[in-house]
Amino acid sequence: MRAQTSILSALRESAFASLVAAGLAFPILALGTEMDQSNRLVLEQRWSWMLIAAGLVFVGRFLVLILAQGRVAAAPVPARIWPPFVARVLPSAGVVALFLFPLVMLFWLGPQGSLKWINNYGVQILIYVMLGWGLNIVVGLAGLLDLGYVAFYAVGAYSYALLSTQFGLSFWICLPLAGLFAAAWGAMLGFPVLRLRGDYLAIVTLAFGEIVSAVLTNWTDFSNGKAGIMSIPRVTFFGLPFTASENGFAATFGLEFQAIHRTIFLFYLILVLALITHVVTLRLRRLPVGRAWEALREDEIACRSLGINTVNTKLTAFALGAMFAGFAGSFFAVRQGFVNPDSFTFMESATILAIVVLGGMGSQLGVALAAVVMVGGTEVLRELTFLKEIFGSSFDPSLYRMLLFGLAMVLMMIWRPRGLISSREPSVFLAQRKNVSGTHVQEGHG
Amino acid sequence: MENFLQQLINGVTLGAIYGLIAIGYTMVFGIIGMVNFAHGDVFMLSAFIALIIFLAITQFFGVTSLGLAFLIVLICAMALTALWNWAIERVAYRPLRGSFRLAPLISAIGMSIFLANFVQVVQGPRNKPLPPMFTDVIHVTSGGEFDVTLSYKQILIVGVTGVLLLAFWFLVQKTALGRAQRACEQDRTMAALLGVNVDSTISLTFVIGAALAAVAGTLYMMYYGVVNFSDGFTPGVKAFTAAVLGGIGSLPGAVIGGLLIGLIETFWSAYFSSDYKDVAAFSILAITLIFMPSGLLGRPEVEKV
Repeated sequence: MRAQTSILSALRESAFASLVAAGLAFPILALGTEMDQSNRLVLEQRWSWMLIAAGLVFVGRFLVLILAQGRVAAAPVPARIWPPFVARVLPSAGVVALFLFPLVMLFWLGPQGSLKWINNYGVQILIYVMLGWGLNIVVGLAGLLDLGYVAFYAVGAYSYALLSTQFGLSFWICLPLAGLFAAAWGAMLGFPVLRLRGDYLAIVTLAFGEIVSAVLTNWTDFSNGKAGIMSIPRVTFFGLPFTASENGFAATFGLEFQAIHRTIFLFYLILVLALITHVVTLRLRRLPVGRAWEALREDEIACRSLGINTVNTKLTAFALGAMFAGFAGSFFAVRQGFVNPDSFTFMESATILAIVVLGGMGSQLGVALAAVVMVGGTEVLRELTFLKEIFGSSFDPSLYRMLLFGLAMVLMMIWRPRGLISSREPSVFLAQRKNVSGTHVQEGHG
Repeated sequence: MENFLQQLINGVTLGAIYGLIAIGYTMVFGIIGMVNFAHGDVFMLSAFIALIIFLAITQFFGVTSLGLAFLIVLICAMALTALWNWAIERVAYRPLRGSFRLAPLISAIGMSIFLANFVQVVQGPRNKPLPPMFTDVIHVTSGGEFDVTLSYKQILIVGVTGVLLLAFWFLVQKTALGRAQRACEQDRTMAALLGVNVDSTISLTFVIGAALAAVAGTLYMMYYGVVNFSDGFTPGVKAFTAAVLGGIGSLPGAVIGGLLIGLIETFWSAYFSSDYKDVAAFSILAITLIFMPSGLLGRPEVEKV
């Protein structure tokens, strides 16, 4: 009897939700605006879209309600999912697999076939893994929501682009310089926002990011504006260019010249850069400054009263996060050979933030997995040509990328605010729980 | 002189639109202490709804009177946008009360990205132009360097804004609903203990904010004659700047801030450089938040432990 009424009430609530959905969908989904031949806007009627939306909401809401009913308070999920041996071996196995990935692909698919896998999947994902880990220091560890992270990525990219085209400096000199510049900018922009509380800080960093991108767009003498900087020197193998010439990489090592060599080198380069970011973060978390970050994330006022210097703590987080973005930026410039302000918009910041949020703020593995799912997922979406046959030829799956990102951010905050891998254990803790004797605490055991 | 007067007229018009959006930010911040990042995109959505309703009533129902069409569009856009914001609050923000501090902001950023891309997917990425409406102008001065003009559109925008602000002021100051809203703003727990339904008051705050944003969206669509899915972000940030400048949480502050931002932007473009007008607005935002976080009319905020 009780189950029946609950199903009835779930039905009623789903019907209400689908009614609301129909109301929401009425103008914006049911009527599309199209240009006719004389460039006038005309309406295109597509009431079926509205019905589909209402139906989907009905089914979705009903399922959520029914599933929520059956669940009793869920037992807390154990923090470690894998047995200790697997957990110990897994990271190194993963790194070895990543190092072997381009070679396996090369032998399996040949130079032509593997290019897509190494470039679109490998390099592209690793850039975002690195950016995600960099932002993770600021957002995940120090708890400072930075919405202008892409500004430091831009500083790195333009540092390399300008230094190499104007002064002829090589990539290997520019890479540390780009990191330094970005870190300096991070500290500089971090300084004024120190006193601000969480959401104000987010908005000010957003404003800084927009100012940097507006200056890059409009200050044509400096950055060549929207047109961007072209013909940035490509990466060399520590001085040996990846060309077919006699002193090129291929000729020196007695290999047949192939364009894929450069891509494979770029893959290893970004892999090493990303691993450096990871290792530095892991080590820092065990140092006093890293512990201070995590303490700051949990409670700023408590931190201050315990004598932690919040100014230095926040500034180091900003500067270090920015430095890794600077490295990634100069890698981006050397990979593309071309930079313009379009690559450094707010949407880019939002993408990186979405990766950190979905992966679980503070979790290294989670951020890496989120980058794989989101960036790799974009590439997969692009290749699903059969969807074009279902939804018509004008269907462009990559348009749905940001739509899904946004939705995922909202759902994540509701269901798993700590992220997919929600292991936010403190880095340093007592190995054994100790009971403090009753003289030291007031009630019970501490 | 002519230039100054003309820019003043343009600036006040723009400021009226920013002020209407800014009220939505300031009210939500006042009542739940959250930066409603998606509000700019709600504004953009309302401009699209207004555009579609306008096309529908002129093409399907053959309404020819522009005034009547405008009135219908305004009312429909207000109602539908209010429904949207109500639903957004229910789905994306209400479950997060009592979650960690930054959760509502992150959710709002997600919602903002979702809304912009949703409109792009369902309505296409191209600009949506409309033929010019209310094109008549009044010549304020003549015979100088050029004639200073005041268009009917601008009168309409300032007039509609003024009337709605009066109605809104009456609602907040004189009705039971407004009293409940102000009570929740001061102390949510106490208001709940005294029998105010806090949840529905917060919902109503979102509904009112969205209705005012829809007015701004309709006026914006009519004034510029073109809308695009990416139009929510920059006006949204500028309106937020207006709310911060006027003192976040303060309703008259939002209107004054909106007018100031509109004037600063217009004069900056006219006398310095239109390339850097967004930089000007963003710099004001950063400077105000850093040096004067309580704005012109806001109360200083004290963090309690």
